[in-house]
Amino acid sequence: MKHLSQDDLVLHYYGEGGAGAAKHIAECSECQANYEQFSSMLSAITLPEPPPRGEDYGAEVWSKIGPKLKERTTATPWWALPHRWAAVATVAVLIAIAFLAGRYTKRLPARSPVEATNNGQLPQKVLAVALGDYLDRSEMLLVEVAHADRPEDLNLNTQRRYVSELVATNRLYRQTAQRVGDTETEALLDQLERVLLQVEHTPQSATESDVRQLRQQIESGGLLFKVRVAQVQIKSKSKSGSRAGTAQDTSAFQDQKRIL
Amino acid sequence: MDKMERLDAAAVALVRAGDRDAFRLIVERYSEMLFRLAYRITGNETDAEDVVQETFLRAYRKLDSFDGRSNVGTWLFRIATNYCLDLLDRRKAQPQVLASHPDKDESPLEERVCSEQPNPERLAYSTEMQTNIHAALQSLSNTERTAFVLRHVEGCSIEEIAVALNVRSGAARQSLFRAVEKMRKFLAPAVRPAG
Repeated sequence: MKHLSQDDLVLHYYGEGGAGAAKHIAECSECQANYEQFSSMLSAITLPEPPPRGEDYGAEVWSKIGPKLKERTTATPWWALPHRWAAVATVAVLIAIAFLAGRYTKRLPARSPVEATNNGQLPQKVLAVALGDYLDRSEMLLVEVAHADRPEDLNLNTQRRYVSELVATNRLYRQTAQRVGDTETEALLDQLERVLLQVEHTPQSATESDVRQLRQQIESGGLLFKVRVAQVQIKSKSKSGSRAGTAQDTSAFQDQKRIL
Repeated sequence: MDKMERLDAAAVALVRAGDRDAFRLIVERYSEMLFRLAYRITGNETDAEDVVQETFLRAYRKLDSFDGRSNVGTWLFRIATNYCLDLLDRRKAQPQVLASHPDKDESPLEERVCSEQPNPERLAYSTEMQTNIHAALQSLSNTERTAFVLRHVEGCSIEEIAVALNVRSGAARQSLFRAVEKMRKFLAPAVRPAG
């Protein structure tokens, strides 16, 4: 019987020896004894835990390297690429449609985007663009709050009506996402809605601590980032959708379900 | 691809599209993991900090070469490992102590002696073992030590070690074998059987 070499034992110890080695060790008392001695030695080797880092370690690293990162540039200017112009034109058209659709839906406040689309009254891509448009507006608000140090920076009284509109719009989209079973979009909008509600109900007499709490709520859940990711995905889908043609017969629910 | 990987991929797409701040998500997510890896390879806190920062700077510069076949974490792991080796080779110096300090009572050896109450004999044994581990680690080359840390501590497969070291899997396997053989020579005489 050919016994296992030390290298075989190493591989077996680290789980890469295969079934053959395991079978041999089970059957061969000499290799079994060797393996026990060998595994005793290896399991005795421990390295010290690295010094612990604080919870904000990642943020500390970012503060050190962030300023050193240069703006990325593409090899070819974006405006020199013909397909970019096509994409820009497409986005412009979609935004125009979204604007018109937004005006139209405002006259029918009781109807959700789902209902409107189900009746075929809105083009299929409008929901996607409208959601993108809504996320753009939400992002602007989040950025403003995230950069506010004092209550005066926010001018809460002026913002309140605008935020209330965002909350109402958010609710419609969240309900739509819920109905179509798009859990990711629903989760994002749910998180967003909670922050918007908090902004909406922050009094004009808010303290710096209140503003800090708002900032933390945005930062801790990575909300701003998630919103940006969703925007990119929507834009990406819009572009691919415009290339493939928009005259598809699938429902807007299904289309929106694929957005995020 | 899980949700975090999708977020990583989206962050990469955003950075490529010019949104530098999106890189922050990647930095915040992977800094600690890279620090732990770098510390174990270099054995030095300052070097480990340096490795973390340089890894992200290199990753940012090389982002266009990231093809997405591996996930972002694996890619950063590879960059960090390479930089650790560069750092150690450049200095041509042995890393600092990697083994547990003998004065610190963190040894699993004592756990293996099946008693919670240390006695002088066990403490002496632990101290001797840690001294031997220290000496054994000092005897390894930078590549051997890195292969050993990646396998023994980080749980990387031979293939992953090969990718991290930028060598063929056979070479990675041999580095691990040599490392274990050197460790065995230092430690086997001192190791008590388990149980």
